[in-house]
This record gives sequence, C-alpha cells and structure tokens, in this order.
Amino acid sequence: MVIHTSVRTGASLPDKPYGQLACEQVDVYYGSFRAVTDVSLAFGINEITALIGPSGCGKSTLLRSLNRMNDLIDGARVEGRVTFMGEDIYGKRVDAIEVRRRIGMVFQKPNPFPKSIFDNIAYGPRVNGIRVDSMSDLVEEALTKAALWDEVKDKLKQSALGLSGGQQQRLCIARTIAVKPDVILMDEPCSALDPIATARIEDLMHDLRREYTIVIVTHNMQQAARVADRTAFFTAQVDEGNGDRTGVLVEYGKTAQIFENPTDRRTEDYISGRFG
Amino acid sequence: MTTQFAGQLEGRPRPFDVVVRLLFRLAAVITIVITVGILLALLLPSIGFFSEVPITDFLFGTRWAPRFADASFGVLPLVTATLWTTFIALVFAVPLGLGAAVLLSEYAHWRVRKVLKPILEVLAGIPTVVYGYFAVQFIQATVLKDWLQLPTGSFSVLAAGFVMGIMIIPTIASISEDALSAVPNALRQGSAALGANRMQTTVRVIFPAAVSGIVAAIILGVSRAVGETMIVALAAGQQARLVANPLEAGQTMTAFIAQAALGDSVVGSLQYDTLFAVGLLLFVITLVVNIISITIVRRVRKAY
Ligand SMILES: Nc1ncnc2c1ncn2[C@@H]1O[C@H](COP(=O)(O)OP(=O)(O)OP(=O)(O)O)[C@@H](O)[C@H]1O
Ligand SMILES: [Mg+2]
Repeated sequence: MVIHTSVRTGASLPDKPYGQLACEQVDVYYGSFRAVTDVSLAFGINEITALIGPSGCGKSTLLRSLNRMNDLIDGARVEGRVTFMGEDIYGKRVDAIEVRRRIGMVFQKPNPFPKSIFDNIAYGPRVNGIRVDSMSDLVEEALTKAALWDEVKDKLKQSALGLSGGQQQRLCIARTIAVKPDVILMDEPCSALDPIATARIEDLMHDLRREYTIVIVTHNMQQAARVADRTAFFTAQVDEGNGDRTGVLVEYGKTAQIFENPTDRRTEDYISGRFG
Repeated sequence: MTTQFAGQLEGRPRPFDVVVRLLFRLAAVITIVITVGILLALLLPSIGFFSEVPITDFLFGTRWAPRFADASFGVLPLVTATLWTTFIALVFAVPLGLGAAVLLSEYAHWRVRKVLKPILEVLAGIPTVVYGYFAVQFIQATVLKDWLQLPTGSFSVLAAGFVMGIMIIPTIASISEDALSAVPNALRQGSAALGANRMQTTVRVIFPAAVSGIVAAIILGVSRAVGETMIVALAAGQQARLVANPLEAGQTMTAFIAQAALGDSVVGSLQYDTLFAVGLLLFVITLVVNIISITIVRRVRKAY
C-alpha cells in the first residue's frame, strides 16, 4: 500500500516543530468528566498539523482549548498550559477575545452569518476595530485567498446563506483570514463537502501554510496524508481511576513517519484498519 | 407484466386519518367563522352610527361628548389618551423587556435562566386589575404626587402607561428570549472565533437573526397596551379630553367602551352604536400596527 504524503517531507521540514502554539500537559474537563488527558504537543509555525483518531477521542475538545472556544461551553475547564508565543493563553491577564483574534477557527459545519457575503467578511475587521483604507480591498483580498472571489465577485451584496455548502465553507475561511490571525484551527472543514470542494480547500491550505500555522482535525486519512506536515494520533482509553473513556495522545511525528512507519501498535492498527 | 403488479401501491383506507383531517378542518372553519362574526358584530352597528355621524366628524373631531344634550362625536380625545398610554408603556417596556431577554439568553448562566424564565411567565399572568390598583394608589398618589410633588390630579396617563409598561415587560422579555435562544449556537461560536465580544455578537449577529421574533414580541406588547382596559380605566381617569401632557388624565378608547358598556344605553340607540364605532377603530388600529410590523420584518429579512 502506498500513501502519498505531503510534498514537504524531506529536508525543508525540521525534525522538531518550532512551536508557536503548544500544549503542555493539557487536561480538558466537561464538569467532572475528563475528556482529554495529559496532552503535550507543539504545533509548528507555518506547518499544517493534522489531529486524527477515532470518534469521541477528544480531537474537537482539544482543538477548542487552543483558542479558548471552550469558554463558551457550560462546565468546560482546561488544566495544564496552552502557550501561544510563550504566553499561557489561560493566564489571568489574558483576554480570551484577543486570543481568538490571533487564533481563528473554522468549524465542521459552515456557519456563515445571515448577512451579505461582503458583511460576513467585513464583520471580523469591524468588530476588532481594524482600520483599513478600503474595506472592499480587504474583502477582495480575503475572498481571493480563499479561492472564492471569482465565484462571488458579482454578488457580494447577496445573502451568504444562498451559497452552496462548499462556498459557504470557503467563505468561513475567508472570514477567518480577514482578521489576519496567526493560527487557523479547522475542525473537519471538509466533512460536509464533495471531493471537488474538498480538493479546493486542500489546495487552499497549502497556500495558506506560507502565512499561517494550521491545525486541522480530520477523519479522512488520505486528507491528513495529503495536506499535513505532521500528524498527531489520538485514541480514547479507559481511565484507570474512574472508568471514563478519556482521550490521550498516542503518537506524534512527521506525517510520513506516522503513516509509513508508526512506532505504536494502536496507530498502526488504526491506520491500516482505515486503509484495509 | 405491468398488469401483474398493478395495484401494489394502492393504499388501504385509513379511517383514523380521515377523522383527524375532518377535526382539523372543523377547527379551522370555526376559527374563521368566529373572526368574521366578531367583525360583523362590530361593522353592523357601526354602519348605523356612521349614517348619523359623518366619518370625518368622528375621526377628526376634538370633542367627545356622546351623552350630552349637544352631543359631539370627535374621537381624537380618546385616541390621544390611548396613544399616550401606549407610547409611555412602550418607552419603558421595550428597552427593559429586550434587556432582560438579552441578559437571560446571552449572559445568564443556564441555571439562572432555568429559574427566572418560569417566574417571568408567571408575572405575565397577574390580573390587570391588580396592576390598575397599584397604578392609581401607589404610582399616581404616592410616587408622582407625594414624593415627586408633580402637578397632577388623581389620575394621569403617565401612571397608567408606566404600570402598563411593567405589565407587558414579561411578555416582551419572554417572547424575545425565545427568539434569541432559537438562534443557533454555531453563530455565537463563529462570531466569538473572529474575536467579537459578547455585546458585539449579540447586537450584530444574534439580534438581526432573531429580528422577526423580537418584532413579534413588540407587536404583541403594543396590542396588549392598546387593548388594555382595567389599568387605564382605573388610573388614567374617565374624562374624555385631548391629552397634551402625560401628567393629565384622559379616557382611552378601551376605557370608554368599558364605561359605556356598563351604562344604560338602549340597544340600537346612537349612544349604543358609538361603542361599536370605537371598537371598530380599535380593531383597525391594531390591524394597521400588525401590517406595518410585518412589512418591517420583511424589509429587514430581505436585507440579509
Ligand atoms: N459540550 C460537551 N459537553 C459534555 N461533553 C462533551 C461535550 N463535547 C464533547 N463532549 C464529550 O467529550 C468527548 C470528546 O468529544 P469530542 O467532540 O472532542 O470528540 P471528537 O474526537 O472530536 O469526536 P468526533 O471525531 O466524533 O468529532 C466525548 O466523550 C464527548 O461526549
Ligand atoms: Mg469532533
């Protein structure tokens, strides 16, 4: 079996990621239930990192803890440290709003606002008080980067809800780019899309990597293999203390190594199971 | 071979479905019949009224004295009183009701919300005579006159309107809260992920998305205020006169109807018919308010 992994495997990818964003011994709880246990992981700058693993192992939960989206969930709590440029984003004086501006997120289900296409993109810069000479230029730039400009340039005033699912997802990516974050988190961004739209978003990620650090959750092994520089494999294991199933990090490395040469049996089983 | 399989898709008779469908149709017909009946009951006596009183005298006249020897049927005094009490009620109820809805839906912990929401709904069920008594005894006599020393008599549209506002706050708050809570969380998360704070998310994303429900809440508030009788009858007074300032007393359309209906007008007399003419006007005003709001909602909806 041959798996084609990301083009950037060889010399250009450092052995250890230069971690702009990192977790140190992170536990995430929902009330008393510990959904994720003891994850330490560094996400390399200008790299794409894929988080893979079976359903319910806590990938989304971990991803949400990286930009404090868990703050919006009743009862969710993070222990350990998540650092961004060396600073703990859960620190006392840190503003969660600023964290989310620097670390953007694209969700599994496209969630455009019930506004015009233009206003969807302009929303982020407006609420952040970003001064621009021309909002139209900024909107065009974001839509172009998200490979959507040509399709929508004549209907910017129309409702974003009239776009197809794939277009909506690219709009959500454009919306995220418009606030110029440093990191983009993506939770199964292609799960609702057809292969063509998926391919476009994967191309887009390759382009975006030059400017952004990207973390993507995916159930699609081929996708992880195609786009990710590094891959982290998670699984759910039964906690000896209370019998809960909690998510743990099994193995983390360059995508080629994870797919071609996994060191852990569980990784191998999962990957080979998927590829049959 | 087609005939061999023909008939396989034909349904068995489903008597239960037929009965249920009949019942629903009956309910729909009864609703329509009752509505048309009410409209006719208002229209027929009104026709009698307008054959004796020119409609322009009624609509634009400034003196309302249907029972005097030199009777005059200018309805504006009643209309001004209704407009004042409704306006004052909305001035208090809309900001406070929407504020409460936002607080409950967007800011409150879910446990707090679970306790407060039912309380709000109970408040909406307090009999209006209690509010009316509170308005005339406490707000008018004690607060406005004794404490604030305002130049006002025993009644005022301000006291009535203010208490009416308090009365409709729970209605507006509860229905708008439903509308806000119905907005998918995905939009809140999407907004937060772009670095918006809660206020920005609420004002720029959640509110526009919930606008039809919020407008519905306000319309219901307006309708209740326009149609409210007990509070205004008790606290705004029973003198029909043009109201120029909120500290004055004034008789609203509903208060007049209540007073006249309790009186001894002979069925079929002109005095009796005035009641229906005022009722018809009330009906038309409520209808117009509804149409305007529906148009507004359509406009706003179109914008996104
Ligand atoms: N809001 C929540 N409240 C309580 N428990 C939650 C919540 N969200 C997730 N969980 C629990 O946390 C665990 C991890 O869920 P999570 O959604 O992070 O898994 P996942 O790896 O993203 O799964 P999938 O691949 O199916 O998306 C699950 O047991 C789930 O039931
Ligand atoms: Mg998930």
